Amino acid sequence: MARAVTQQRKIINTAAAWGVGLLIFFPILWTVLTSFKTEATAIADPPVFLAFDWTLENYSAVMERSNYARFLWNSIIIAGGSTILGIIVAVPAAWSMAFVPSNRTKDILLWMLSTKMLPAVGVLYPIYLICIKLGVLDSRGALVIILMLMNLPIIVWMLYTYFKEIPGEILEAARMDGATLKEEILYVLTPMAVPGIASTLLLNFILAWNEAFWTLNLTAANAAPLTAFIASYSSPEGLFFAKLSAASTMAIAPILILGWFSQKQLVSGLTFGAVK
Amino acid sequence: MGQIKLNQVTKSFGDVQVIPPLDLTIGDGEFTVFVGPSGCGKSTLLRLIAGLEDITTGHIEIDGSDATDVPPAKRGLAMVFQSYALYPHMSVRKNIAFPMKMAGIDEDEQNRRIEGAAKALNLTDYLDRRPGQLSGGQRQRVAIGRAIVREPAAFLFDEPLSNLDAALRVGMRLEISELHERLKTTMIYVTHDQVEAMTMADKIVVLRAGVIEQVGSPLELYHSPRNEFVAGFIGSPKMNLISGAEAEKNGATTIGIRPEHTDVSMTDGMWKGVVGVAEHLGSDTFIHVHDTGLADMVTVRITGDIQAKHGDTIYLTPQMDKLHKFDAQGLRIE
Amino acid sequence: MATKHSRSAARLMMAPAVILLLGWMLVPLIMTLIFSFKQYLPLRGGDLGWVGFDNYVRFVSSSAFWPSVVATLTIVGGVLLITVIIGVLLAILLNQPMWGQGVVRILVIAPFFVMPTVSALVWKNMFMDPVNGLFAHLWRFFGAEPIAWLSEASLPSIVLIVSWQWLPFATLILLTAIQSLDGEQLEAAEMDGAPPLKRFGYITLPHLSRAITIVVLIQTIFLLAIFAEIFVTTGGAFGTRTLTYLIFQRVLESQNVGLGSAGGVYAIILANIVAIFLMRIVGKNLDA
Repeated sequence: MARAVTQQRKIINTAAAWGVGLLIFFPILWTVLTSFKTEATAIADPPVFLAFDWTLENYSAVMERSNYARFLWNSIIIAGGSTILGIIVAVPAAWSMAFVPSNRTKDILLWMLSTKMLPAVGVLYPIYLICIKLGVLDSRGALVIILMLMNLPIIVWMLYTYFKEIPGEILEAARMDGATLKEEILYVLTPMAVPGIASTLLLNFILAWNEAFWTLNLTAANAAPLTAFIASYSSPEGLFFAKLSAASTMAIAPILILGWFSQKQLVSGLTFGAVK
Repeated sequence: MGQIKLNQVTKSFGDVQVIPPLDLTIGDGEFTVFVGPSGCGKSTLLRLIAGLEDITTGHIEIDGSDATDVPPAKRGLAMVFQSYALYPHMSVRKNIAFPMKMAGIDEDEQNRRIEGAAKALNLTDYLDRRPGQLSGGQRQRVAIGRAIVREPAAFLFDEPLSNLDAALRVGMRLEISELHERLKTTMIYVTHDQVEAMTMADKIVVLRAGVIEQVGSPLELYHSPRNEFVAGFIGSPKMNLISGAEAEKNGATTIGIRPEHTDVSMTDGMWKGVVGVAEHLGSDTFIHVHDTGLADMVTVRITGDIQAKHGDTIYLTPQMDKLHKFDAQGLRIE
Repeated sequence: MATKHSRSAARLMMAPAVILLLGWMLVPLIMTLIFSFKQYLPLRGGDLGWVGFDNYVRFVSSSAFWPSVVATLTIVGGVLLITVIIGVLLAILLNQPMWGQGVVRILVIAPFFVMPTVSALVWKNMFMDPVNGLFAHLWRFFGAEPIAWLSEASLPSIVLIVSWQWLPFATLILLTAIQSLDGEQLEAAEMDGAPPLKRFGYITLPHLSRAITIVVLIQTIFLLAIFAEIFVTTGGAFGTRTLTYLIFQRVLESQNVGLGSAGGVYAIILANIVAIFLMRIVGKNLDA
């Protein structure tokens, strides 16, 4: 709409939007602020907003809990491993669907997406049992595989939509130039799809990082990632607001930053392209 | 080396046969153009030769050996695509090097050939740029460069000039012709533009609905089109096709006369009509004549200028020795 | 671009993904189905044989079942209502010309990226704690008696937490949809004399209907399965035991696998009903 908006309208819009935005963001902001307070200031009444003695002691306290690093490391391995493994399985599948479509391609894709709809709780015990039988309960490997399978439909879907944007003639040119299928995918398709692959990687890393059904139910001391670490604060320790905040901040900060980069992909990735 | 022979080749997509059994031989070193209206199967035919599509039945021979089941990479052919199909993430140098890298040619030889191709195609200054930074004509040259360095048995061009503007197209047309003169390699060139076909080809293959209507040199097609379709397709402006009483007088179902083979007079002549639109090009004038009682419109082409304007009465006289006659099946009567 | 060679290569390259997902779907599903027809108590005798539809009947007739259905519907319905209504308003607001649009967008989207256990804990302790929570401070400031949110108003509290998590998703999708609305349509309606409210009702809302449908379907699927939020806050107490949580308790806490599996089958059927509608829409989009 090419029309001059009155300055007044714009000021009202800005004020309203910022107000709502800050309100929604407030719990996160409050958590971050609290993480720099002492435990006493954290529960002070009336609450202190900014005028307090900033301290890093909560962070060092959380870090000192010898196992924090281990939870963090588990999160990285599980989220990273499942995402990378998923990409490796999904790239060839997405190549097939995008460049050699058959009349069954659509059905296969829809079927894959529909497996994402299966409620985890419906298959909780079988998975639990299989993990026990294979001796992989509370192991990172099992979670890598499970989260990979859980996110595979989204990964395939996202890569498929990115690949479809790449003109088939370029791949045919590579074929005429003597490239084998492997070379075609490795030297031509993958480099061209780097932005798409990167955003797929990002969004699925976030989804895996935040996954809190399987990670809570299939882990104990060994393989528990940050979701479980934070959940362990649910009883008494949760009353130490400042330390809880420090731990929470450390668990969400990297993901928040990645998330802001991936907000565009979020729409297409999580709605399977049904909203453009 | 680059003789290509198609033997009873057919192609079907599902139940639809787009190419009925077809035989064609393309001689070594020949510049062959496949021409026809869109959807005539010319691009499909090229892709069958390239190996990018399977033929449904029949055989393809390249240099005397059966290539029917040989994958595209192994056929020793190079292709230039309509969209150029350059690798956007590679520099021009890497684009041109790609087929040699795939073939495992050593690096010194690669560089020698790249320099050679770049010099021939005026690309030397652009070797380190990405395709995205080049103009359409330059991209086209990179695509050709990538094809040349493979030293293929034959070049396949799939409507390579259709994305260029008119002026550039004329220039590239010349460059490709000169390239053929220099390399003497077999070239197969697909286009829907009969001007490109006429100006470039040693041999033109006119296709319609997957069927070869005529194969011949440009002038053979111009002077003796085998049927009405070829007659109408080759030549610009189009040949006037006239049926009815006037045709029967000449012992044919349809007669054809090219615009440039009709004499014009403002006073008398064989056919009388009214000027519709006169297009003055300076060197030539095209006059579209109505109300002749022969066809909806008859087009004539006159060298130089003529004072004729909308609504003038005009007289046309065909040069009888240049008249084409066709029978009820549309085939040429000699 | 399809030759026999590339088609067979395509099948081969699709195989790992298809086989993995097929296994991931079928193996646990079949096991769940089998367990659901058995009396199966791993800690109290293990597999005690086939019992037909007993588990299905018992799951539905247990005293916990209907409350769990009510809790589930309340949470799903409440969150959908809140996120869709606020989401539409927020999307319209964010689509207006303003300063710092990008930053506001980031602020609004942020909650979606907070891991569910963190958001549940932060809300539970720092906001809803009846003694030290921010809400308690606020209540006291106005001279009111602080509320023990998660025990006295447990369902609304959970709805609030989950709505906060899902509002960004709804807003983002609705914003994307609103941005694709042709501005000229609105101008034409304005020329035709439609006041702002009518323009919203006759043009903007119908344009958003598809996006709203998708938000509802996708959120329903995820909301039916929410787990961590309840696990961390109430542990299923105070009437917050959803169907998902009930099944979880049957299977892992009371180790009644047969009963839990029957519940799982119900959950799968429920999710599939929603999924069918969603897949229809996605499928139509693939054709376009």
